[in-house]
Amino acid sequence: MSALNQLLGASKPILLDGAMGTMLMDAGLESGDPPEEWNLIHPERILEVHRQYIQAGSQVILTNSFGGTSYRLAMHNLQDQVGELNRAAAQLARTEADQAPHLVLVAGSMGPTGQLLEPVGELVFEDAVEAFAEQASGLAAGGVDLFWIETMSDLGEVRAAVEGIRRVSDLPISATLSFDTHKHTMMGVDPLQAVESLEALDLALLGANCGTGSDELIEIIQLMATADPDLPLVAKANAGVPQVEAGEVVYNGTPEVMADYAVRVYQQGARLIGGCCGSTPDHIRAMAEAFNQTD
Amino acid sequence: MEEINIQEMDSEEILELMQEDLYDGYKEEIIAEVKELLDRGMPPYEILTEGLVAGMDIVGVDFRDGILFVPEVLMSAKAMKGGMNVLRPLLAESDAPKQGVVVIGTVKGDIHDIGKNLVAMMLEGAGYEVINIGINNDVESYLEAIEEHQPDILGMSALLTTTMPYMRTVIEALKEEGLRDDLVVLVGGAPLNDAFAEDIQADAYCRDAAVAVDTANKFMKIKRGS
Repeated sequence: MSALNQLLGASKPILLDGAMGTMLMDAGLESGDPPEEWNLIHPERILEVHRQYIQAGSQVILTNSFGGTSYRLAMHNLQDQVGELNRAAAQLARTEADQAPHLVLVAGSMGPTGQLLEPVGELVFEDAVEAFAEQASGLAAGGVDLFWIETMSDLGEVRAAVEGIRRVSDLPISATLSFDTHKHTMMGVDPLQAVESLEALDLALLGANCGTGSDELIEIIQLMATADPDLPLVAKANAGVPQVEAGEVVYNGTPEVMADYAVRVYQQGARLIGGCCGSTPDHIRAMAEAFNQTD
Repeated sequence: MEEINIQEMDSEEILELMQEDLYDGYKEEIIAEVKELLDRGMPPYEILTEGLVAGMDIVGVDFRDGILFVPEVLMSAKAMKGGMNVLRPLLAESDAPKQGVVVIGTVKGDIHDIGKNLVAMMLEGAGYEVINIGINNDVESYLEAIEEHQPDILGMSALLTTTMPYMRTVIEALKEEGLRDDLVVLVGGAPLNDAFAEDIQADAYCRDAAVAVDTANKFMKIKRGS
């Protein structure tokens, strides 16, 4: 039985983690610098974020590798370190997961390349597949339990990521899209289309992340659940919307707001629930407490 | 399918057809229609405004309303660019009015240029001269482009929560260089909002490419004092 099935076996909500990028900015990451580089130069800060989420109750933690394809790392001249940075990302999360007092799974985060596939853009499908395979290979070497494709807007790019992963690994795959444009993805995919199209892929989980706040994400999950997917649904909402306070970007969703969202999105059919941009260990702890109370 | 012969159509009908073909993203058809109207002696500026700009206006409205999405709009913009490539040298020769000059780029650390390119193409479609300086721009590269092109408008884009604060860094640098007051600074990108734009002292946040065009037009009107 895979570790994921072990978690899914219990008929309870499964708690994910919150944001990585905004946490690292609080820890001193300069705007514009690549978070993935910290896997090598500040590993203790990455470990600290994972540890905080586990202590808050996270049962699945995401590796610090969202921008870990060669396409995105190239901007920082790190394209030759795809394997190294992703392996380190996985190892750091693995270290904390293995020391956790409860079962914690490590999910290898894989975000979009930032390029558009042909014919709308220039990216060749096979090149995208290879880039995702390269990233997945590093994540697998570092010991992830599953792969976590996220914040996608193009179904073709999800297919490329799944194909890339399958070239190097048989581990389970989760895929979530970001529905941030009139309840569609930027590329015009609505939740029903997403379920129909993604169910045909070799996925263990599917759902929605990021987007425009928790209320809209609950609606998206409701629509996906109505489509009656065979796969468990994932919900990872931003902690509200970004606001500026004293020069810092903060998200307006309090832990209480996110705890309320967690319970509501579970009622609407999500099985795996966490936070995206702006969510902190405090948000995850509030969500954990809310689930305990509704047991 | 019935072949449409534009040579048998009157010019008014061709302009209307251009709007449909832009909407559908038919680049080759747009190029043929622009050439046909030029052959008939229609001034390039009239083809630009009555054909391309009018057509992209419709695309912009449907994009804003969630009827069209990025893939369709990019195909429309590509068709528009096809027509613009024919018109541009002719417009440069003529004394056709120019809307304004825009330098636009994605900030340091951010690879995302889909939305930014869309804004660039829509602005070009609305008659602006647009200098697109690409992705991953630090303060120096913005300043260089401003020095070289003397734009009316600076557009900045960021899609990541980890890169959006860099816009403030650029605006602070503009102030230090004494350039801020000469420029209209427009910002955009998924994680942004009006409050953020206000806080970093940009002139406006533009939710999407259609809003960017409207906002640019509004500020240029103020700038020209009309």
